[in-house]
Formats: sequence, structure tokens, C-alpha cells
Amino acid sequence: MPAALSRRELFQTGGALVIGFSLRVKLSRAQATHGDGGAALTKPLDPSEVDSFLAIHADGSVTVYTGKVDVGTGLRIAVRQMAAEELGIPVERIALVEGDTGLSPDQGGTGGSTGLTRGGAEVRQAAATARQALEKLGYRPGGDIGSLIGGRRFNLKVDPKAPLQDPANYQVVGKPLPRPDIPGKCTAKGNYIQDFSLPGMLHGRVVRPPAAGAKLLSVDESSIRAIPDVRVVRVANFLGVTAPDEWAAVRAARELKASWSDWQGLPGSEDLERHVRESPVERDQVLTKADADVVAPAAAKQLSATYFWPNQSHASLGPSCALADMRPDGLTVWSSSQGTHGLRVSLAKIFGLPEAKVRVIYLEGAGSYGGNGNDDAAADAVLLSQAVSRPVRVQWMRQDEHGWDPKGPQQLLDLKAGITEDGRIVNWETQMWLPAATAGTRPFLGIDAAGLAQPHGQNAGQIAQNGDPPYAATPSPKVTVHWIKQTPLRISNLRAPGKIANIFAVESFTDELAAAAGVDPVAFRLRGLRERGNDPRALAAVERAAQMIGWQPRPSPNPKAAQGGLLVGRGFAYMRYKQAENYVAMAMEVAVDRAAGSVMVRRVACAHDCALVVNPDALRNQIEGCILQTLSRTLHEEVKFDHSRVTSVDWGGYPILRFPEAPSIEVALLNHPELPLLGAGEAATAPVAAALGNAIFDATGVRLRRVPFTVQRVKAALA
Amino acid sequence: MPAFGFQLNGRPVTVDSWDPAQPLLYVLRNTLGQHGPKFGCGLGQCGACTVLLDGQATRSCLLPVKSAAGHAVTTLEGLGTPEKPDVVQAAFIAEQAAQCGYCTNGMIMAAKALLAKTPHPSLDQAKQALAGNLCRCGTHTRILRAVMRAAEGRA
Repeated sequence: MPAALSRRELFQTGGALVIGFSLRVKLSRAQATHGDGGAALTKPLDPSEVDSFLAIHADGSVTVYTGKVDVGTGLRIAVRQMAAEELGIPVERIALVEGDTGLSPDQGGTGGSTGLTRGGAEVRQAAATARQALEKLGYRPGGDIGSLIGGRRFNLKVDPKAPLQDPANYQVVGKPLPRPDIPGKCTAKGNYIQDFSLPGMLHGRVVRPPAAGAKLLSVDESSIRAIPDVRVVRVANFLGVTAPDEWAAVRAARELKASWSDWQGLPGSEDLERHVRESPVERDQVLTKADADVVAPAAAKQLSATYFWPNQSHASLGPSCALADMRPDGLTVWSSSQGTHGLRVSLAKIFGLPEAKVRVIYLEGAGSYGGNGNDDAAADAVLLSQAVSRPVRVQWMRQDEHGWDPKGPQQLLDLKAGITEDGRIVNWETQMWLPAATAGTRPFLGIDAAGLAQPHGQNAGQIAQNGDPPYAATPSPKVTVHWIKQTPLRISNLRAPGKIANIFAVESFTDELAAAAGVDPVAFRLRGLRERGNDPRALAAVERAAQMIGWQPRPSPNPKAAQGGLLVGRGFAYMRYKQAENYVAMAMEVAVDRAAGSVMVRRVACAHDCALVVNPDALRNQIEGCILQTLSRTLHEEVKFDHSRVTSVDWGGYPILRFPEAPSIEVALLNHPELPLLGAGEAATAPVAAALGNAIFDATGVRLRRVPFTVQRVKAALA
Repeated sequence: MPAFGFQLNGRPVTVDSWDPAQPLLYVLRNTLGQHGPKFGCGLGQCGACTVLLDGQATRSCLLPVKSAAGHAVTTLEGLGTPEKPDVVQAAFIAEQAAQCGYCTNGMIMAAKALLAKTPHPSLDQAKQALAGNLCRCGTHTRILRAVMRAAEGRA
């Protein structure tokens, strides 16, 4: 690890900081040495200022500051490419500082695929403003930027009209440049939060209750007497341990005897669908309303179906970890939170500190895919650091992450529609039962246990989107959401919030209609798209995915499904993300073993249009990840809980996709450099479950309407 | 405090551990500064902590330090550097076979063990060899490409 730099050295050595990954650690180390909560840093942070985003050093290298963070998603290279393009300098000359509230402007949390659409776009506009100013000083691309302004500030507002480079002349954007973090990650040089330490630091572990609402009755500290140098921290119902030695902290947390009150306030996951349907509805919301004066043609057939998606875990491969250093003059927190600026505001409020005295510094962790346990681990670390007056590193254990990360919401959908004699959709109606969003931020586990005041908001993201089909229907489809106030488990945004389940329902049901009409599923969708908007990008995506998989037009199910003891089939799904963003079409080939109940996905073809492609290889990596992760969620994943607690607390109870199940994946990028870019961290997840369910229907003639498609469930459905 | 001696990446080391049952993972990470092996589950279920013990892929989160005594331990650090990566590391970098990269240590170490025994595995053999290693980001297809690339000796 690099040696600590003093703050003076830090600012003097700006020009040497071209290797972006050591920069972060150097900054953090410098901060650790001073521990002032960041109050003394004087760099501008206002997102209307160019200097908030960019610093140009004397040697011509540049540091870019962004409030968005790279959670294994490739943002680090893509933001550099966007800045390099506008500044006219090589990407290697740009270092990046991410998500450090003392150095990075607040660009909102990293979620909803806004890393580039907002994060990158704001950096790009600042860079374009900078270039405009530099050109007045005589700058030409490739020229010596450092001698013009190196080490000095622009003192300029970001000019929203500063001209951007013409996409036709892009030199850097659109190139598959390798990600700068990967060599380090392959050689043990990654700077993960889990690898970070502070001088004088203690290791902390939190002892969670055996039931979600249990109260701590008593603690027997003599039970861990044999373990060296352990300190037990008890604040109301918050129970934790610290020790200089990590293994001592692990053993102490495991062996500490505590008694807790009984609590049985959960409905149990076995009966969750019925529980959701019977839950009191806070309010109904009609999202899209059928045109009142349109009379639908007569339906030849009426269909209705219920689809259900269970709670799922972010299930990060590395459990959440955070470090906190609470000092009299301020608080510094190191976290993999996807929203360091928001975390800072919350912690300042809870601990009664001015925001200026709190600094949250992002360090990469294991992929989080939304709001996992990271923010809770940070609050745990602050509680422990405050109690023991030392810097504390909290590492959640496996059962903490699986048991206590806020979960993706359960989703229940009822759909009905008719199909006319000539195969057109009429009277489509979607009803959704979803957990309502309530005001305020999500409560931290540890803070609640400690009895400190905090907001108790509930929000899992934009989970009601994509509940209507993108196809022609008469009248236009009606979508109603029944917002439920209470939900059994704490929830948060999980990758592509709500959309995967909604599209699973809508695109499976579309397939049901196509089958009822006896029409090929792709032809059915193409006609529906042509008759509603005739959007060439939608048609291009569908046609491309069909062509990639070698789609042969015929209705489902497959008349020749039985092949060598297996049932084979193909499925298709299409969606436009949030009905306004990316176009993704996906085709799949599966083989189902009827006796074993196992589903093997053999091939996946994906046509993906996110307008401008910044880095095609990093984008493909994201799309492949979207597909494989959602196959995992569809085939295997369901959070199990009894009346007291989550019971699926390890990889045995909560299995995910394994290598032998990995299909071959083919991705086509439908690039539109002339159009504003769209985020791509989520969209390709959205059609996966539907394409898979449709392929299983094609192979077996059986429609699966509840996720996950486990071996037991498939076997039972086929019996 | 009891002391335990073993080879780490070809060099002899001796470490103290108050508990002989302390898993090797904590000793490697905290005492010996080896950050390649990662804590993922502590249950031997995910593979993020994988090291080579006398050439065998081994879950360091379950292996008591006393059981490592007298053996040869190889960590990701022992293979190569960003400037001079080993052939498997180079293949992972060439294929850009990581997203968050938290599982990467285990994937590379499991691939090393596989290729030592089976220098030219089939794709199915590679899938089976990695079946006990979990990847949450969904990088499976790239990781498999990297393993096959390393087997072909293409850096």
C-alpha cells in the first residue's frame, strides 16, 4: 500500500496522480492521518462549477471528480472516455475520484442506470466548458493543457450550451478500451473496502437478534472471557463486539451468550402470495387509463392469469463492510454505498453533526446491485466507533448479508385481456399489488436497534413501470397499482427495480395471447409494434434477436419438442425499459428434463439498443451480467422466512447460478451515436425471466407464472 | 502465543496465532498482508478465499492455520503483478473477465489448479472445475473464455 501523504503533499503532487487507483487510497490515507471529517478540504463541490468536476495539473494530467461510483460496472473507464473526448487528451492522462463527499460533487446516488446519463453527462458538460475556455487561451487538442491552466482553477460556471464534440468525429467514445481496474483485480491489487485498514483500528462485528423484532434482554460477557481483548458494546438493543484481532471479533460475536425476547411478526414466505393479496391497500393508482370512448372489438377468447415474484436478496458475494472514525472534530466513514452523499446527510442528522463535519469516502466493494447492506454496515461502524473511541472496521458475516440486507420487493400481478378472431389484443388490464413508497430514507438496522431517532421511509425504486404491453391494444391498456403500506421485510431497490417482474408478467401474458391466437410469438409482437407507433428501433431490436437465434416462425408450443429424452423449445421477449429508454429483445433456447425438473438454458441472443455506446466491451460485460444474474434470479432465487426471521442465510439456502448452467450468450449492440446515451446497467435484465418462461412453455406446453423456476416447482408443474 | 510456519509464495514465514483453529484466511489477510484471498462466506461455499495448498485449490476460510503448518501456500499475490501477470491472470485481463472482481481471486486460483492437472480442458471440464465458485455479477461466460484462453497459452 502506498505511504500516507500529508494534505500539503497531496495537493502539491496533483500532477503525479495519473494512476487513478492509487489516488483514492492516498487520499483516504491522508484523510486517515488527519481525521477531520473533511471539513478542511476546500475544493469546490457545487455541481454548477467546472472546478467541482475537473482539476488540470501542471504536467497536463487531469483529475475528474464524480459523485457516481463504479460498482464493477465500467463507469470508471466510460466517464474517462467521455471527459477525454471533450478535453482532447488521452484517457490515460485522466484520474478519477468517485463518491468522496469531500471531493466529489453530489450527482445523486448511483442507481437507475444514471451513472453515465447523469454522472457522465455532467462531467462531459464541465469538460466541454473547460475546453471552450482553454480554446480561448489558444488550446488545440493534443496541445499542452498543463502550461495553460495547470494547477489553477477555471472559476467558471458549467455552460449548458458549451458545444459537445460531434459524434461523427469521436476518437475515444465508442472504443472498447480495457477497464483500468481489471489488471489490479486479477493481481490482488484491487483497493476493496474489505482490504482497507486504519492505524489503531479495531475489528467490529454485530450480533443480530434471532428474530427481526426481538428485544435484547441480557448479555453474559463471561461467555467470551477466553477470547482476547474483546469489548462488548451494548446500546439498547444494539449488540456488537470489537477487538484488535479480527478472528477474536468473529469468535466473540459467534460465542457471546445473549438472551432475546420472542417475536413472531412475519407472515412466513410459504404463504406470501396470499398474504400480499389480503394486505390492506393504502391507495389505488391508475397509471394508464383505458380510453373511455373506445369500444373494443369482440374478443374470441378471454384470458386471465396471476404472476408472482418473491422477495430476492442482493446477495453480494462479499458481505458489506465499512470503516468509521468518529472523533471529537468530525466523522469519517469509508463505505461501498451507492449513495455516499445521501449516507452523509443521514449520518449527520442521526449523530447530531453538521454535514460539513461528516465525510463519506467511497471504496469499491463486492457488487451491490442496489441498496444492499452497505449503508447499514456503515451505521454499525459509526455506532461502534463512537462507543469505543477508535476507528472501527465492521465486516458483516454471510448470514448478516443474506439475512439482513434490505430485499427486493415481492410483486403480485393479475392480468386479463381478450384476443380477437384476427389475433388482436383487446381490453388489457393489469393490476399490481406493490409495497408503497413512503416518505423518508430507509431506516438503518443498527440505528433502530440502538433506539436513536431516524426516518422510517420505504422505497424500492420505480417498481410500477412497464406494467403495460408495448403493443397495439384496444382500448389502450389499463394499469392499476394497489399500493400496500405494510410489507413483511425491509425493502430497497434491487437491480432494475420492479421491471423484471412486471415484464415477466406482461411478456409471458403476451405469449399466452399469441398462443391462444395460434400465432408465432415474434410475428405477434412485430404486428403489435407496427400497429402501435411502428418505432423502427423497436422493430430492429426484435428482428435482430430473432435472426441471431435462427427463429423459425411457428406458434408455441413446439410440436417437435421431444429430443433425446429432453424437451426443447425457444422463447422470446421484448421490452422498452421504463417505456422510454433502452430497447431490448431477447431470444432463448432451453432444454427441459421432465423427469428431473431441471431447465438448461442453452443459448441466449440479445439485441440491445441504448443509443450512443460509450464503451462497447464494458457494455457487453454489463449486458452479459444482466442476463446471467437474471437467469439466476429466475431459476433459483427466493428469500425464505418463517414467522421470526429470514431463514435463507447462506448459499445453500439461497442458491445462485453456477458455471455448469452458463449458456452461450450472443449480444448485438444497435449503436446510435447520434442519439443521447441511455444507461445500460439494468435494461437487459428486464426481458430475461419472460424469455425463459416463454421458452419453457414452448418446450413443455406448461406456463410457469411464479419465480423461481426451481427443480421442484418445474417437476410439479410437469407432473 | 503458538507459532506456525509454512511457505508463502515460495518464502518461509512464521506467524503467531492465539487460536490454532483460526482460519488461514484471516492470517493471510491481516498478519501477512495478502489481499488476494477474500472473505465471502466463511463457510466454504463460494470460493472467494481460495488459495493453493501444495498446489490444490483450498478454501482458506475453513482451513485452520495449524493445518497449513509445514505446507506450501500460494496466493493470488504469488502468481504475478499487473506489470508481469501470470498466464491465467493475463488471460483474465485480456478477456476483461471481471465485473466487481470480488470472486476473481477464487476463479484464477481454481483455474490454476485445473490447468496444472488438466492443461487442455474441454469447456465442460472448465465449467465443472469452477462449479463450486460463485460469481454474483454474472461474468461466467467471460471467465470461461479466460480459462480456455489460458489453456491455449494465449496471454
